[in-house]
Amino acid sequence: MINLTINGIGVEVDEGTTILEAARAAKMNIPTLCRHPDLPPAAACGICVVRVRGRGNLVRACAAPAEEGMEVTTHDPEIVRVRRTVLELILSGHPNECLTCLRNESCELQSLAAEFGIKEESFPPLIAEHPLDDSTRSIVLDPRKCVKCGRCITVCQEQQNVWALSFLDRGIETRISPAGEIVLAESPCIRCGQCSAHCPVGAITEYDQGGEVWEALSDPAVYCVAQIAPSIRVSIGEAFGYEPGTNVSGQVYDALRRMGFDAVFDTNFGADVTIMEEATEFAERFRNSPESLPLITTCCPAWVDFMEKFHPEMIPHFSSCKSPQSILGVLAKTYYAEQRRLDPARIFMVSIMPCTAKKYEIHRHKTMFASGRQDVDVSITSRELIRMIRQSGLDFSGLDCLAAADSPLGEYSGAGAIFGATGGVMEAALRSAHYFVSGADLRDPVIPAVRGISGVKEGEIAIEGRPVRFAVAHGLANVEKVLDKITAAREKGDDPPYHFVEVMACPGGCIGGGGQAWEVDDAIRRLRVEGLLKDDAIREVRVSHRNPSIEKLYRDFLDRPLSDKARQLLHTSYRPRRKYRR
Amino acid sequence: MTEGGKTTSPKLSPAARAVKKWRRKRGALIMVLHEIQNQAGFVPRETAREIAEGMEVPLARVYEVLTFYNYFKLRPPGKAVISVCTGTACHLKGAPELVAELEKELEIGQGETTPDGLFHLQCVRCVGCCGLAPAISVNGKIYGKAAPSQVRQILAEWRAVFREEDVDD
Amino acid sequence: MTEPDLKKIAGEELARQGEKSARIACCASTGCLSSGSGEVMEALLEALSSHGLADKVEVVPTGCMGLCSHGPLLGLEIGGEDGFRFLYQEVNPLLTRLIVAEHLLPSLEAGGDFPVPEFLSSHLLPLDIPFFTRQEKVVLANAGRINPERIEEYIAAGGYRALEKILREKTPDAVIEEVARSGLRGRGGGGYPTGVKWRNTADSRGGEKFIICNGDEGDPGAYMDRSILEGDPHAVIEGMLIAGYAVGAQSGWFYIRAEYPLAVERVEKALKQARGRGLLGKNILGTDFSFDCRVRLGAGAFVCGEETALLASVEGKRGTPRPRPPYPSQSGLWDSPSCVNNVETLANVPAIIRQGAGWYAGMGTETSKGTKVFALTGKARYSGLIEVPMGTTLREIVEEIGGGSSSGRPLKAIQTGGPSGGVIPVSLLDTPVCYEKFQELGSIMGSGGMIVMDGADSMAEIAAFYLEFTVDESCGKCAPCRIGGKQMLDLLKKIAAGEGNARDLSQVRRLSEAMRRGSLCGLGQTAPNPVDSTLRYFEGEYLNLLKTDDD
Ligand SMILES: Cc1cc2nc3c(=O)[nH]c(=O)nc-3n(C[C@H](O)[C@H](O)[C@H](O)COP(=O)(O)O)c2cc1C
Ligand code: SF4
Ligand code: SF4
Ligand code: SF4
Ligand code: SF4
Ligand code: SF4
Ligand code: SF4
Ligand code: SF4
Ligand code: SF4
Ligand code: FES
Ligand code: FES
Ligand code: FES
Repeated sequence: MINLTINGIGVEVDEGTTILEAARAAKMNIPTLCRHPDLPPAAACGICVVRVRGRGNLVRACAAPAEEGMEVTTHDPEIVRVRRTVLELILSGHPNECLTCLRNESCELQSLAAEFGIKEESFPPLIAEHPLDDSTRSIVLDPRKCVKCGRCITVCQEQQNVWALSFLDRGIETRISPAGEIVLAESPCIRCGQCSAHCPVGAITEYDQGGEVWEALSDPAVYCVAQIAPSIRVSIGEAFGYEPGTNVSGQVYDALRRMGFDAVFDTNFGADVTIMEEATEFAERFRNSPESLPLITTCCPAWVDFMEKFHPEMIPHFSSCKSPQSILGVLAKTYYAEQRRLDPARIFMVSIMPCTAKKYEIHRHKTMFASGRQDVDVSITSRELIRMIRQSGLDFSGLDCLAAADSPLGEYSGAGAIFGATGGVMEAALRSAHYFVSGADLRDPVIPAVRGISGVKEGEIAIEGRPVRFAVAHGLANVEKVLDKITAAREKGDDPPYHFVEVMACPGGCIGGGGQAWEVDDAIRRLRVEGLLKDDAIREVRVSHRNPSIEKLYRDFLDRPLSDKARQLLHTSYRPRRKYRR
Repeated sequence: MTEGGKTTSPKLSPAARAVKKWRRKRGALIMVLHEIQNQAGFVPRETAREIAEGMEVPLARVYEVLTFYNYFKLRPPGKAVISVCTGTACHLKGAPELVAELEKELEIGQGETTPDGLFHLQCVRCVGCCGLAPAISVNGKIYGKAAPSQVRQILAEWRAVFREEDVDD
Repeated sequence: MTEPDLKKIAGEELARQGEKSARIACCASTGCLSSGSGEVMEALLEALSSHGLADKVEVVPTGCMGLCSHGPLLGLEIGGEDGFRFLYQEVNPLLTRLIVAEHLLPSLEAGGDFPVPEFLSSHLLPLDIPFFTRQEKVVLANAGRINPERIEEYIAAGGYRALEKILREKTPDAVIEEVARSGLRGRGGGGYPTGVKWRNTADSRGGEKFIICNGDEGDPGAYMDRSILEGDPHAVIEGMLIAGYAVGAQSGWFYIRAEYPLAVERVEKALKQARGRGLLGKNILGTDFSFDCRVRLGAGAFVCGEETALLASVEGKRGTPRPRPPYPSQSGLWDSPSCVNNVETLANVPAIIRQGAGWYAGMGTETSKGTKVFALTGKARYSGLIEVPMGTTLREIVEEIGGGSSSGRPLKAIQTGGPSGGVIPVSLLDTPVCYEKFQELGSIMGSGGMIVMDGADSMAEIAAFYLEFTVDESCGKCAPCRIGGKQMLDLLKKIAAGEGNARDLSQVRRLSEAMRRGSLCGLGQTAPNPVDSTLRYFEGEYLNLLKTDDD
């Protein structure tokens, strides 16, 4: 333990705590801009400077470790003056475009300007013109608004190991850009959106498609349907004053109906279908061709993109099963359309996802047109939905918290519910895989080893006495560790270290997705995960294969998992894309 | 040239040679870029890719580094690179006048190349001849205690060199 | 490898030199090479052989002799005496042939004493001018005297004896103790006590440790480190070896500016020779100490002189600084404990070990010991490279050694410390050379650039010049330096052009505070120094430039 004083008040903290963390723990705030709790401090902006007695210069609270006996002052006239000048400098390098900016009212720079009561532009504007890059149609990069905090770069290079973003040039010319004079779509970018979720300002945002959705909703000839992803129900409430992790699926269903959707579905149903297919796939490989293991999950499109670009050698291990979003899309335009005698051409499917990569998934491959047309028409992120709810003038907290989704594509099991958390897909799949292999359910559906938010989780269960070793990884840099192990074992001719692997690109899984509400840290991720686990715990049916609507789907429409029809509608394939290299 | 996956010519590209030399050495990216820069006068995009691949570093890292350091150029410079020292000693002894004269004579600005591709004009920091300030270097040849009145003559000298080379060709 | 016998090598070399009846040193450093010393050397060799002197007279291509503004320089040593008897300036091939025919040849024939012919004497540099007599050469003792490309000459001049001595007689702790007692402080600018830095590195745990020689020298108008590397590379290598032994490092890295190709070449050559003689590599001098060095080049980024940026650059990354702690001595190159030392710092070390901490500490002031090399440039009559004991006053340097103003106009100020330093007005010329004194006056010792300015130089313009440099060289990581520097530069240019007003000047002061206090590394923190110090001593010049309401 370390003892120091901050503004004369004694504080005790663990070794390795920064001055910033120590001050916040003692309820004294120091303003920051470049700091993000997920990332190592860049110590770039210079907003967080404080005085430490005996040090010649001010120090950056975000990066300086607290030391025994330190005497810290967080506010005095000089410190505040320096911070203010630095902030004014940053503002002089930033366009004054709040009114037309997606980050208006959720922007860390704007909040700082408000906090400091900035009343004028003290310095002439110094804004370098760089073109907007919306080439990915998933994220939009506006380098003019970049404050050079470096968060996105650390995320893209170190957390995701993609290296699409970098700083080019130096000094006042420094800019954020993909390598060389190319656009993001030509870069290795996997569209995970983590950069946009970590950007403090509006320099990287989601590719906003709210307008397209409103247009469809206002066309009376169009039959609009929506689906909401597992994870968004525990994150969206935050924007409307709910505690992180509060399950607001009722309010979201209700909001969507009031916005004019003709039917509202739940991606959790699609998740149950994914499990039916994927667990069957696993059971077959486990029984008939164990050498083809591990099986690797593929419901994360950013991960699929990553693998096709950087690890094509893993393609044979990929589950061919589509993601819940895509499955729900195709079922809406086939199964549901048949049941309701609707012309599928009239159906407009909007998916509400935690994710910018889902915008890409809906047209990534010809199998995404399995219904005869694009199965999901538009995919929007949680952030876009939040804006649309606001635009509708709805009082979110007054909406019906008990509203239910439309049948049959809205009924889900506890297994479908936990998809949005890291380990959730694995847990759900193992519950059904156990049944498909052995004919019996697990005694306890909870598999503790997959839970928690550490980067790589490993564990083992037994099915009919045979071990099933699994690994769960999230954050793509963590995935490399798992893949390395698999490759090493293969090269040595050893048994595969795992039989089943779950990968999610985003930290925490989709609850920490690149399209989710901002300012997330691990504490919030944990609460969101808890919200999903609670949804599972209270369900009567906690395994996909016992969801009555799923049983009916197979009985009436698909026959059985991996049937020809199921393969045609619910499965996809992958191709190496060697042109992209890190 | 590769045919059916087999290398038929033992000749390696400059990048491949540099990579081969530095591949196993730690932190050697900058050294590889130096070799390419010295040979070609700039680092073309295809070469950057080749280096990224060979050194097993991300292309983004190559570009981060290329654009950070002044020494590396992404575009081909002129045949003769004129570097005017704008270090302190030279500044005090008349470098600004030299730059102005060169800009006037060549009709280009700093960092630009003449349309005929012969001359590239740049300002550099201290070429290490402060005792001879102000200094100009043209393709490494240093002209010390240079005066604006000498500029024409220096340019003529180099034009003559290029004319001879053309005849030789 | 059999153990090299340093005494034997030295003896053989001295005997070889003794057989010659004369030695002619010809400066072969960048400055003189570019004023034509290459051709001079060719003419010299030719003239000697045509007079049948090729075997009797040795031509020694040396490092910088210091007076580059008067180069190319030829120094004549006749008859085995120590030191030049004659020093010719601004020689060319024709003059060289005349010197050989009309001065050297008759002198040798006359057994040494021969009056210099009238027509040559105007090219002789008087050796009794203060430029030569007032200097005290420790670091530069060999530069300009020996051929830096021959390890034998370094060994003959006492080289590698310090290494031998510590390997045989001293524990690493005792070496650190000796360096600490000498009072040696970092010559890279910061003035951090070298002994303390070594102690910190030695105390850090880590399997692998590194010594890094900082030869980035980006300060425009300073070339001390280049001249040392070009003129006496083995001294730096020996310094690194001693540092390596003291802190427990197994390897060293030279980080040298790419703009210094000759320095790089000489260092590479010296490393090869040292390796060839068993002075680098495994089991040096038969002990269990093993050490080797590699060279990495800078690529045109001043900020890479900052130690954490330098480490990033050696690792092959963008050279952006990072916050300290952790200090490089705890976690540096590839996260291993690393000791970053300046070229000149390391070049001092062999002399300290050879002659003792007491001898070294005997030179200088209370807090600043030993000697310091400066690159004296600008409007001084004799400009070049000088080495003086700490404590020498600026007046002695500028008026005596530098010979006063070169322009005839009265001097106005001297700028020390380059873009991180400040100006010191002539009224304060009696200030002694000392880290603390310079700082009190708002400048810094820096790496040793010293620029003399006269009445024609505008202070606002000089301040803008330096600031433009730091703005160009800012790495761009932190806002105060990246944007603050540019905004301040724009304001200064406006003021220098007579377009500024009082508010602009107060904005400059506000920016100065924010940069000084809010920047991450030394570059941004010290960037306002030239502005602040010119404002401190020459505020009137600024005020005269301001537009008032009446304008
Ligand atoms: C912007 C900046 C540039 C620097 N440039 C150099 C340099 O060119 N050479 C050098 O030796 N030290 C330079 N330094 C100082 C180094 O960071 C470091 O303190 C020094 O190399 C340590 O060696 P020393 O203790 O022997 O002086 C620079 C520092 C800063 C902040
Ligand atoms: S990024 Fe923030 S400060 Fe900038 S325009 Fe957008 S909302 Fe305003
Ligand atoms: S905050 Fe100010 S500038 Fe922005 S909309 Fe309101 S009144 Fe206008
Ligand atoms: S979307 Fe993901 S991969 Fe693309 S730039 Fe952002 S962080 Fe990198
Ligand atoms: S784009 Fe955003 S996250 Fe990236 S450096 Fe700029 S401000 Fe920071
Ligand atoms: S993987 Fe993520 S985006 Fe896809 S359905 Fe599951 S929670 Fe939603
Ligand atoms: S983890 Fe979820 S939110 Fe993130 S990219 Fe994958 S599917 Fe999208
Ligand atoms: S820097 Fe000066 S002293 Fe050194 S070699 Fe060049 S001209 Fe000579
Ligand atoms: S002070 Fe300047 S050079 Fe130093 S880290 Fe900040 S921006 Fe880079
Ligand atoms: S928050 Fe500490 S420097 Fe940006
Ligand atoms: S300042 Fe021009 S050569 Fe050094
Ligand atoms: S370079 Fe010849 S005296 Fe300095």
